[in-house]
Amino acid sequence: MDPETLRYAKTHEWVSVDGDIATVGITDYAVRLLTDIVFLSLPVVGKSYRPGQPMGEVESVKAVSDIYAPVTGEVLEVNTGLPDQLQLLSESPFDRAWIVKLRVVNPADLQNLLSRADYVQHCGE
Amino acid sequence: MRNPTATRLLFEMSEAGRGTVVFPEADVPEVSGLPEIGAEYRAESLLPLPELAEPDVVRHFVNLSTLNMSVDSHFYPLGSCTMKYNPKRHERLARLPQAVASHPYQHESQIQGLLSVLYELQGMLAEISGLPGVSLHPAAGAQGELTALLTAAAWFRHRGEQRTRVLFPASAHGTNPASAALAGFECVQLAGGSNGFVDLAELRAQLDERTAVFMVTNPNTLGLFEKDIATIAGMLHDAGGLVYIDGANMNAILGRTRPGDFGGDMMHYNVHKTFTGPHGAGGPGAGPIAVRDFLAPFLPSPVVAFDPQKNWYSLQEPQHSIGRMRSFFGNVGILLRGYCYIRTLGGRGLREASDCAVLNANYLLSQVRDFLDVPHGQRCMHEFVASAKRLKEQSGVTAMDIAKRLLDYGFHAPTVYFPLVVDEALMMEPTETESLATLDAFAAALRQICQEPAELLKGAPHSTAVCRPDEVNAARKPVLCWSAQC
Amino acid sequence: MAYLFDTPEQRQHMLSAIGAGSVDELFQQIPQQLQLGRELALPDAVSELQLEQDLQRRLGVVGGGGLCFLGGGVYDHFIPAVVDELTSRGEFYTAYTPYQAEASQGTLQAFYEYQTLISQLSGMEVSNASLYEGGTAVSEAVFMAMRVNGRHGRVVVAGSLHPEYRQVLRTYFSRLGTEIVEVPATDGVVSVAACRAALTAETTALVFQQPNFFGCLEDVGGLTAAAHAAGALAILAFDPISPGLLKRPGDYGVDIAVAEGQPLGTPLQYGGPLLGIFTCRGEYVRKMPGRLIGRTVDRNGRECFVLNLQAREQHIRRDKATSNICTNQGLLALRATVFLSVTGPRGLRQMAELSHRKARYAVERLTSLPGVSLKFGQPFFREFVLETPLRATELLEALAARGFNAGPALSRFGGSLGADLERCFLVALTEKRTRAEIDGLVQAVAEVLAG
Repeated sequence: MDPETLRYAKTHEWVSVDGDIATVGITDYAVRLLTDIVFLSLPVVGKSYRPGQPMGEVESVKAVSDIYAPVTGEVLEVNTGLPDQLQLLSESPFDRAWIVKLRVVNPADLQNLLSRADYVQHCGE
Repeated sequence: MRNPTATRLLFEMSEAGRGTVVFPEADVPEVSGLPEIGAEYRAESLLPLPELAEPDVVRHFVNLSTLNMSVDSHFYPLGSCTMKYNPKRHERLARLPQAVASHPYQHESQIQGLLSVLYELQGMLAEISGLPGVSLHPAAGAQGELTALLTAAAWFRHRGEQRTRVLFPASAHGTNPASAALAGFECVQLAGGSNGFVDLAELRAQLDERTAVFMVTNPNTLGLFEKDIATIAGMLHDAGGLVYIDGANMNAILGRTRPGDFGGDMMHYNVHKTFTGPHGAGGPGAGPIAVRDFLAPFLPSPVVAFDPQKNWYSLQEPQHSIGRMRSFFGNVGILLRGYCYIRTLGGRGLREASDCAVLNANYLLSQVRDFLDVPHGQRCMHEFVASAKRLKEQSGVTAMDIAKRLLDYGFHAPTVYFPLVVDEALMMEPTETESLATLDAFAAALRQICQEPAELLKGAPHSTAVCRPDEVNAARKPVLCWSAQC
Repeated sequence: MAYLFDTPEQRQHMLSAIGAGSVDELFQQIPQQLQLGRELALPDAVSELQLEQDLQRRLGVVGGGGLCFLGGGVYDHFIPAVVDELTSRGEFYTAYTPYQAEASQGTLQAFYEYQTLISQLSGMEVSNASLYEGGTAVSEAVFMAMRVNGRHGRVVVAGSLHPEYRQVLRTYFSRLGTEIVEVPATDGVVSVAACRAALTAETTALVFQQPNFFGCLEDVGGLTAAAHAAGALAILAFDPISPGLLKRPGDYGVDIAVAEGQPLGTPLQYGGPLLGIFTCRGEYVRKMPGRLIGRTVDRNGRECFVLNLQAREQHIRRDKATSNICTNQGLLALRATVFLSVTGPRGLRQMAELSHRKARYAVERLTSLPGVSLKFGQPFFREFVLETPLRATELLEALAARGFNAGPALSRFGGSLGADLERCFLVALTEKRTRAEIDGLVQAVAEVLAG
């Protein structure tokens, strides 16, 4: 996916929307910040989350970070192979390292997300 | 000299059929007619433990020990850990029969001497803290925190108050929020001011009827005395809350000031830091707590009481006790070493120890300040936090690289990357039991290292048995147990 | 002054380098009104000789020089000299938490060996590098069960679990709204059916002990199956000497096994410091409390050891950590490592068999006295509950005066062990007690009962 076309949460999740399905991952910037990621816990299929609710976690050797739901939604699918191929998070953050697909309940949530340019600026601060 | 044969894993040295400890033949007959342990309960085979000969075991552990740095062998300026000399005399005293061989359910009449020592220690810790209610029960500092928070919660409940939040600054030890969460409180972290102190305005904005406790380390983890601590305590008390002092840094202030005098309502001691219980490669600790008189009835059980009429020491449960935090009385073996230390130094000696700890830290600070940034202050208490941020920007050398290179010079590394509020932090605590010559040698090594080529530092340490273990792979695919297959 | 170096000249030199006129000036960071302004009211400093003489006088003898038949969670087992000798080495004794792996390979490898030995002993897949002691290990196990199965409503606890462990659990969970249901023991053990009835869909775990507080053997297989049938975890507190004779926790498929590790080479020390053993299934490893050591390789491919999975711990995860524990019981874990190295499987089996055999001998002799009986008709390991016509506290005091320390009296724990136990107490046997000593205890009981 083209990072320029994605939407972003300030908490470093990216979102790609196709119809009422939002695919979510964590950004290249977040992966760089955490350095070598050693563990990923995935959201639970069938569970619903509100924006800002923690859905899962990523761990590096010396840090841990929550993965937050960027939009309200129910978990349709998770990338079950990802925890065993953590290198994908740095090699292919916007494609093969997608984490979760959510059914979007409230399309207005997307308005609260940032463009690539705004996200990059946010990270610079 | 390293002996690689002896430092193979115990399991690789095992030979079936060996055995070291042999017990005498049974001197009592087999008895029948009692309930028998059935076959369904019995082990079917010998345990898969290694079988070793005593000389091999001795050589193994002696060789392993030489792979460690320790206070007995090296300067160990690990900030926040107070790596001071562990007096040898304590070891003999802690092995006196009542100390080492008393069972916790021993009859009181047989351990009056031991109870008298523990009672005396309760009084000493009350005097040193300025807080009269003391419990020797907690197993370590972190458990002391949890104990005190539960004690405070019981007091609030007794007053009919429902307070739900515990506040702490960003520079707090991780145990503070972890203990507060375990005690069922909501954790609120304050960012803190850029000068390293608690930001009073920020604190004020967070105080309300939900505030139970503000946890603060004083001197704080930057090695600074919270100058506004009395004001902070006043703010908490006006809001109906309590102040918890994390006593990790008591080594800076013994006999100079007391938590009870600067507004603290509760505190814990780390006996293995301040009062020289051995660090023991990570424990055991002992985490006695001291509290204000109104909190004392809520302390955990048991405490030692003395009846002067009967001249008798006994264990008592405080009136509104929160109950037990662990089995048995407490970490008596460690408490006793702390007692010996306090007796050896006396009131004046404790103050002199703190004086010297602060003098040594300030001297070291004066020696490193011209080549390493120390963002917070010209002066410190017992420790200070330098930053390798500038070096990192200039040459890519990190605090970790410096830490690793120090090992090559025969010095243990300072604490790195803590507190989190300083980038590339190097936290140095020399303690009072180091000589001027050692401090000078350490400062000279550090100066030298800061001028060394980056590649040399990135490859450090060069002289140790191993270099930069792969922690990433260790965490991705944890191997926590030897097995014959691997 | 003890332990300090500086001469007055050196102090002056240091002060001038700092740019301070005096040490007092360094303390000006502390506002004047907060300074103590007097000396601490503590006893005057004493020399090593004086301190030794004072403590020798106060602590030199355990009153009466009595023999230890005391039980209830910690025991007077034999400790080989090599344990004290090796663990007293300053390189172990005065090192700290192995944060710098290159400077701590001795400690790290020893703890890795500890974890492995404890796995072998318990039959469980993973062990951490130790917790404080057995009681807090039980509470930590319940917290972990909640992380594993997400159930917080209830925990079911056997009434035959050490009463102090149950008290700790109540304190730890006092503010968390979890219902703690105790299933009373009948005839010294809990019934599987009663436990099954107490387990609900909200129950996170069933906690029980083997051998239990009364020294009796529980139906571990049945209790484990009951827990699993309800979707709860089975948490077992075991005795670390018992695997010399009995099946291991792992042999029963329990989920978490904890123990008071004191019998593995740690002296009684009036109950502390002790050793909290904590083991579990491999799949729960990221939810474990406490320190873990892992094997890895260094930059040059050499095998070595590191602190592993630190992101679980308080210094990284803070309020979301798996526990607030910061230390482990390093020295005592090291003691257990050396202890198990020299006892090995055969030594441990001998300890267990001797303790058991002597306990049976003691029961036979004691119950041959008029009015003295074994309270519970269950198989036991090295400890048992005796009932006599006298109040246990009175009997035990009279025995102590004769140089025989037994107990504790069950009344010590209030009603938490059941009703009508005023005349009951525990007696524990280890490989250390000789036939003559046991016969002496029997004689003393006979004398006291005879009035």
